Amino acid sequence: MDITELTVHELIEKLDKKEITSEEIVKSYLDRIDEKEKDVQAFVTVEDRETVLKKAKEADEKMKNGRTSLEGIPVGIKDNMCTKGVKTTCSSKMLENFVAPYDATVVEKLNENGMISLGKLNMDEFAMGGSTEYSYFHKTYNPWDLNRVPGGSSGGSAAAVAANLVPWALGSDTGGSIRQPSSLCGVVGLKPTYGLVSRYGLVAFASSLDQIGPITKDVTDSAILLNVIAGHDAKDTTSENIEKKDYTKSLKNDVKGMKIALPKEFIGEGINEEVKNAILDAANKFRELGAEVEECSLDIGKQALATYYIIACAEASSNLGRFDGIRYGYRSENYDNLKDIYKNSRSEGFGPEVKRRIILGTYVLSSGYYDAYYKKAQKVRTVIKKQYEELFKKYDLILTPTSPTVAFKIGEKSSNPLEMYLADICTVPVNIAGLPGMSIPYSLSSEKMPIGVQLIGGYFEEEKIFRAAYTLEQAVNFREKYKPEFRK
Amino acid sequence: MSREDYEVVIGLEVHCELSTKTKIFCSCSTEFGGEPNSHCCPICMAMPGTLPVLNEKVVEYAVKAGLATNCKIEQNSKNDRKNYFYPDNPKSYQISQFDKPLCYDGYVTIEDEKGIEKKVRIERIHIEEDAGKLNHDDYGRGSFVDLNRAGVPLIEVVSKPDLRSAYEVESYMRKLKSIFEYIEISDCKMQEGSLRADVNVSIRKKGSTELGTRTEMKNMNSFKSIVRAIDYEIDRQIEVVEEGGEVVQETLRWDDISGRTFPMRDKEDAQDYRYFPEPDLVAIKLSEEYIENIRKALPELPESRKKRYIEEIGLSEKAANFVTSSKYYSNMFEKASEISNNPKAVSNWLMSDIARIMNEKELEPDKIPFTAENLAELVVLIDKGTISNSIGKKVLEELFENPKEPSKIIEEKGWVQISDEGAIREVVLKVLESNSQSVADYKAGKDKALGYLVGQAMKETRGKANPQMLNKMFMEELKK
Repeated sequence: MDITELTVHELIEKLDKKEITSEEIVKSYLDRIDEKEKDVQAFVTVEDRETVLKKAKEADEKMKNGRTSLEGIPVGIKDNMCTKGVKTTCSSKMLENFVAPYDATVVEKLNENGMISLGKLNMDEFAMGGSTEYSYFHKTYNPWDLNRVPGGSSGGSAAAVAANLVPWALGSDTGGSIRQPSSLCGVVGLKPTYGLVSRYGLVAFASSLDQIGPITKDVTDSAILLNVIAGHDAKDTTSENIEKKDYTKSLKNDVKGMKIALPKEFIGEGINEEVKNAILDAANKFRELGAEVEECSLDIGKQALATYYIIACAEASSNLGRFDGIRYGYRSENYDNLKDIYKNSRSEGFGPEVKRRIILGTYVLSSGYYDAYYKKAQKVRTVIKKQYEELFKKYDLILTPTSPTVAFKIGEKSSNPLEMYLADICTVPVNIAGLPGMSIPYSLSSEKMPIGVQLIGGYFEEEKIFRAAYTLEQAVNFREKYKPEFRK
Repeated sequence: MSREDYEVVIGLEVHCELSTKTKIFCSCSTEFGGEPNSHCCPICMAMPGTLPVLNEKVVEYAVKAGLATNCKIEQNSKNDRKNYFYPDNPKSYQISQFDKPLCYDGYVTIEDEKGIEKKVRIERIHIEEDAGKLNHDDYGRGSFVDLNRAGVPLIEVVSKPDLRSAYEVESYMRKLKSIFEYIEISDCKMQEGSLRADVNVSIRKKGSTELGTRTEMKNMNSFKSIVRAIDYEIDRQIEVVEEGGEVVQETLRWDDISGRTFPMRDKEDAQDYRYFPEPDLVAIKLSEEYIENIRKALPELPESRKKRYIEEIGLSEKAANFVTSSKYYSNMFEKASEISNNPKAVSNWLMSDIARIMNEKELEPDKIPFTAENLAELVVLIDKGTISNSIGKKVLEELFENPKEPSKIIEEKGWVQISDEGAIREVVLKVLESNSQSVADYKAGKDKALGYLVGQAMKETRGKANPQMLNKMFMEELKK
C-alpha cells in the first residue's frame, strides 16, 4: 500500500483502527518528496525531516490516549500564509528571508488540530499570476505533464496534492488561484464564500477578494479541511460571524431536485472545445443523477474581468506599499537617500508582474482617474452581485468551466500578460461577487490533461456545492481512473 | 495700504489624540513615552498579513466630540486609506476617513477681541491613526523609526475658514481643548503633541468675498507659537501682496527660534494620496439609539455650566466665563464652593490671584498644584476671620510653592490673625503715638490718613491684625 495515495479521510480511518501511525504517514510523504520534488518543484521550503518526524512521533504518543481526528496528519501551506519560525516568502525576492513573528489564524487552526506542516508551497509572486511561472525562486511543473504549468497562483499547492507530496494543502484565491490550478492539476479546490475563513496572516494581495481554501484529493477531504479553517475570527472583521457548520454532513450522494444553471456565455467564445464538451457532459451527468440543469444567460465575463483587474490592482498597489525596505524584507544596497531606499528596494525586490499590477493599481486610484476606473468598477461589482443574486433566486448552483483551457505549456503565456489575464475569465466573477466556488476534476483531454468543472453556490451555501460535487465525484470516479504520469 | 485694509481668513485642522487605553486598530498601549518600539505589535508595525480591528471606544469618543460641538453624526460611515510613503507610516497608508466622516456640520462659540460671541463652524470631525516618530541621529548616521505612536487614535477637527485673527484662533483652540477635557476624550497635552493644529492662513482685501491663496503651517503645538506664527504669516503675506507679488500655496514650517516661517522641502500639496475605501474594515454603522445613548451620557458642557453659574449662583458673566473656560477651573470651583459655601469668594480667587499666578508661571489649568479642598479651606479661614485677606494672598502663594492644608501653612508660618481686642488696641495706640502728623491730617479732614495708619498697624503686626477691628479701633481713638 502506498500511503501517499490515500485521501485524508482514508488515513484517518486507518489511524482510528491503528493500522498505521503518524510517523509512517509522515515518513511516506518525506520519501515521496525526496523522490518527486525534483520533478515537480512544488515547495519553496520543505520542513526539516527530523523536526517533522519528531512531531509525528509526539502525535503518535498523544494518540495513545485517544485522538482528535486530525492529529498527526501532514499538510502543505501556500507560502503567503504566515508561519511563526518558518520563512514566508510569497515567492518573492522581497521576502526571500522573511520569517513572520506570528502564525496566521488558519495556521493556528491547523496546529490546534494537531496537523503537521511539511512545508511552504510555491506560488506566483504575491499570488499574482495563473501559472506559478512568476515565482522568484523557480517554476513548478504540472505532475501530469512536466512541460506544462500547474496553473496558479496556488500552483505549488495544487501540484503537491496531485503529485502526492502532501495529502492536502491550503491555497488562497483572489481571482481563481485555488480553483484554476486545481482544475489544471486534477484535484479538488474550493474557494469559500468571502468572509467564511479568516484572512489574518494571509499576506494580502487584494483584501476584498482574497480568500483561503482547501486543495484536496477529493470532495470529502475538502469538507473536512473546511471544517477546520472556517469560522469567525475577531482579528479579521471581514470574517462573518455565522453559525459553525459541519460540512461533512452535506456529503450526500444525491442531487435529486437540485436546480443547476448553465450560463451559455461560459461555454461560448474563448472556451476550448474540449473543455466546453466536458461541461456539457457534466451537465448531462447531473441530469442523469436527477438534477434539473437549465441553460441560462449570465453575460458578465468581460465586465467582471475588467472590474477584477481594476479592483485587485488598486488594492494590491496599496497593500504592497509596506514592502518599502524599511522594517523587514529586501533592502537595496544601492541608496544614499530615503527616496532611493524606496525606489531601488522596490525596483529590485519585486518581479515584473507585481510591478505591472502596482503601476496599474496606482494609476486607477490617481486623482482624475478614480471616478472613471475604481469608482466605476465598484458600481459594476454591485451590478454583477445582483445578477448572481437573481440567478440564485431560481437555481441552487451554477455550473461553468474552471479554466477556459487545460494546462498550457511553460512559457506559452508568460510573455503575454493579457492572454494570461483572460485565463481567469471563468473564475474572477465569483471573487468579484464574493461567492463560493469549487473546481472538481471531471475528465481528461485528448492530450491527457485534466479538465475541471466549476460549481458556484450562493453566499455561505457551501453545503450545496459539497452535495453536488460529492455526487458528481462518485459518478465520475476521476481519481480511480486517472493518475498523474509525470510525463517529461 | 496698511494691515487694516486686509481681512485675514484662517481655517484650522486640529488633531487631538484620544485617551483610549489601547490603539485604534490593535491592543497596544497608547501610553506616552516608553522605550522606542516597546508599545508595538505585528499589527501596528504593519507586518505582512496583519489586519486592523477598529477600537469601538474610538468611535464612541469621536461621536462624543461631535455631539459636544453641535455636529451631525453620520450613521453610515467608513474608513479610507490615505496612501503615501514615509518611514513613520509603516503600512504606507494611513487609515483615515475621506468622504464619510463620523461627524459633520457643527460649530463652537468663541469670543472675539471685543468680547462679542461668534460661531466658528466645524466642517467635519473624522477618526484616523497617528504616525510613528523619526528620531534623527545627531551625527548624521541615519534616522531611527519609533512606532510607539503609530496607531494612537486621533480625531481631526476641520473648521470652516471662519477665523479672522490669531486671537480668535487661540480662543477657538482653547474652546476645543476645554470641551474635549470636559467630555474626557483626550488629555489635550499640547507639549506631548496630543493637541496640535495645522493652520491655513490667507488674506484678502476687506470687502472681498473671494478667498486668497492660503499657506499651511503644520503641527503647531503651543498657543504661543500659533499666535506668533499667524501674526508673522499675516505680515509676510501682506508684504508679498503690497510689493505686487502673489502668495504661493505651500506648506510652511514655523521656526520658533528665528520667529519665521520656512517652506517645507517636500511639497505635500503635490501629493496624490489615492484615497479609497479600506477593504480590511467593515462599514461603521451607528444606530439612532447608539448616538442617543452617548448624547445622554455626555457630562454637563461649559455653556450649560456657565448659564447655571450666572442664574443659580449669581456669578457675573465675566466670572462665569472665566471659571468655565477650563474643566479644571470649573470642577475646582464647584467643589470648593460646595465645601466653603462661598462661591463668589471662590470665583474671585480663581479669576484674580490664581489666574495671575498661573499666568506668571505659565501653567495650564490642569496644572493647579493644590486641591479644591485647599482653596475651600482658605476661603473659610478668611470668612471666619482666622486670617486676613492679605495673609490669604500669602497663603495662596505658598499653596503654589509647597501645597498643603492652609491651616497648617498659617500655623507653621505663624500667620494667625490677631483678633484680640487688647492686643490690637495696644498696636493702635502705638501707631497713633508715633504718627502725630497723620493724626493731625486726619483731624484736618484728610480721610486718606486713616488708610496710612491702618497700613502702619498692619506693618507692625506683619499683616496679622484683623483689619475690620483695626479700622473700628482707629476711628474710635481718633474721635477721642
